[in-house]
Amino acid sequence: MDLGGINLVTLVASLMVAAVPIMLAAIGELVVEKSGVLNLGVEGMMVMGAICGFIAAVNTGSPVLGFVGGALGGAALATIFALLTLGFLANQVATGLALTLFGLGLSSLLGQGYNGIKPPPTTALFGPLGEIPVIGPILLGHDWMVYVSILVVALVWWVLKFTRTGLIIRAVGESHDAAHALGYKVARIRFLCILFGGAMAGLGGAYVSLVRVPQWVDGITAGAGWIALAIVVFASWKPWRVLLGAYLFGGISVLQLRLQAAGSAIPVEYLSMAPYLITILVLVIMSSGRGRSALNAPAALGQNFHASR
Amino acid sequence: MLRLEKRPIPSRFWLYGTPVVAVILTMIFGGLLFALMGVNPFAVIKTIFWDPLFGEFAFYLRGQLLVKAGPLILIAIGLSLGFRAGIWNIGAEGQYIMGAIVGAAVGLAVFPTENRLIYPVMVLAGALGGWAWAMIPAILKTRFNTNEILVSLMLVYVAQTILAKASTGFLKNPEGMGFPGSRNFSSFPAAANPELIAGSGLHWGGVAAFVVAVAAWVLLSRHIIGFQIRLSGQAPRAARFAGVAPQRLVVLCMGLSGALAGLAGLFEVTGPAGQISIDFNVGYGFTAIIVAFLGRLNPLGIVLAGILMALTYVGGEMASTNLGLPSAAIQVFQGMLLFFLLALDLFTNYRLRFGLREIA
Repeated sequence: MDLGGINLVTLVASLMVAAVPIMLAAIGELVVEKSGVLNLGVEGMMVMGAICGFIAAVNTGSPVLGFVGGALGGAALATIFALLTLGFLANQVATGLALTLFGLGLSSLLGQGYNGIKPPPTTALFGPLGEIPVIGPILLGHDWMVYVSILVVALVWWVLKFTRTGLIIRAVGESHDAAHALGYKVARIRFLCILFGGAMAGLGGAYVSLVRVPQWVDGITAGAGWIALAIVVFASWKPWRVLLGAYLFGGISVLQLRLQAAGSAIPVEYLSMAPYLITILVLVIMSSGRGRSALNAPAALGQNFHASR
Repeated sequence: MLRLEKRPIPSRFWLYGTPVVAVILTMIFGGLLFALMGVNPFAVIKTIFWDPLFGEFAFYLRGQLLVKAGPLILIAIGLSLGFRAGIWNIGAEGQYIMGAIVGAAVGLAVFPTENRLIYPVMVLAGALGGWAWAMIPAILKTRFNTNEILVSLMLVYVAQTILAKASTGFLKNPEGMGFPGSRNFSSFPAAANPELIAGSGLHWGGVAAFVVAVAAWVLLSRHIIGFQIRLSGQAPRAARFAGVAPQRLVVLCMGLSGALAGLAGLFEVTGPAGQISIDFNVGYGFTAIIVAFLGRLNPLGIVLAGILMALTYVGGEMASTNLGLPSAAIQVFQGMLLFFLLALDLFTNYRLRFGLREIA
């Protein structure tokens, strides 16, 4: 199954890996936005997760602890965001941007002396089963984080759609005043959602530095956090569409790498623009449908809540 | 119990006091961070904030201050107009790069012709390059309702790849012996942007920054467009009733900020940087966001904030060479400043009250 020197099975298998970071970050941000908070600091939380995960994995020798460290790093940064927007009622857009600038600086500071080190490898979950032709590489040959990322999407979908917790989160995101009047602790619920979003972004970042690139360089996430934000819009705030979007973008970024390797006639630089250009294109298509996706956005998105009564 | 009470009118004291307190808090917490890293915090703070102004090498460093403040002020003023109207152009970094590339390409196209008109044409081309790059998110927003934050940001990454292509491909110096990077403008007088007064650090970019600051102040306080910008930011619905066309405002604000960022890029590439290279930029486009907020989105404030932020750059470089402070620490320091600023803004609109709150 070769197309222009690109094997389809390996393409699908590797796009599943490439999609993990943006899928995790996007599903986390989806929960945050469902609760009515717009956190533009995803890129910063991802890069913090990348370095914290890398440091934890290198020092303990355990990739599992690495991912735990990544999630904690992302959540720690998210706490600053929560404190500023919920406690100090700061503008969410500006605070998110500040979070990214701060995260990029802090990660680079923490990463001093970690350049050129290889992290401990994250192993395949099903071992030799991955050798089975076609099905093996696509379904069984991955490391465990690939399956975790899909599970998280399923879990978020289930919680938002079928549980009381999900209903409360959505209520807070649609109308914080009504939720407050019903006696829900708006700030507390949003705080937990922001923490979850941070942990997921951190997990995604850790996947970049531990599996996808396996090393540490400054700004390693290279805009993946912003693409994750775009995917939430693309997904019209629906969990399974986040999975679809992440696979689509994973596919594009893998395909452009394969095309580069296969010696495509298109110059390398123009190929590497492709993921960003296609993100823009997708945003245009999703937004232009007479506000269809805008209707789906949580009504209180981006508004701060202050209980005046 | 602490509780917040909305002020009937924003506090003027806190409006202007916030940046000062934020800087002081950043110094304290930054100092703690430096101490944790094993560097003497007092030495660092002195190196960053005192030495560039009054220290041993101040005669040289004061010039560097203007070199760094120029582009920051130029970009931040453009951004502040949009921010005031609730239009979030976050891609100034991309517009800055594209302005530099387009402007430099025009100059390099006529190399080695010497003509007085070359530089002004390059300046125009630079502004046009930044303007055109900003028009993409602006038009997508007005035509398709696309989020300008995400689009302008995506375009930063696209601009960076174009920059890489420019410095290794279409603008590469044919006499550069294979090294990436364009011809150096210092050896092309008609297209160069040298210091206007030797040793002052003042070049056309600095002059432009101050002219633009004055122009922006006049626009905001004396012109109907400035009034419309302020109104749309404070009360979008009222603005619509008052006959403000939001679409036109988006195109105007994005265009202005793009053109100013493009100008900054051109002045930088023909002056201090000297050539198009993969990393001629130093993230001015992103730091300018901090400058805009620190300056309270007010032209005069932005001039002061730009100089302060330039101080952290110049002093930070000194601290990294003299005291071994990693350069990333300065970025953390700048991020912290923005955090404190955003947090303290609370006190402009709210007042802290002690006492129990009755359950209504």
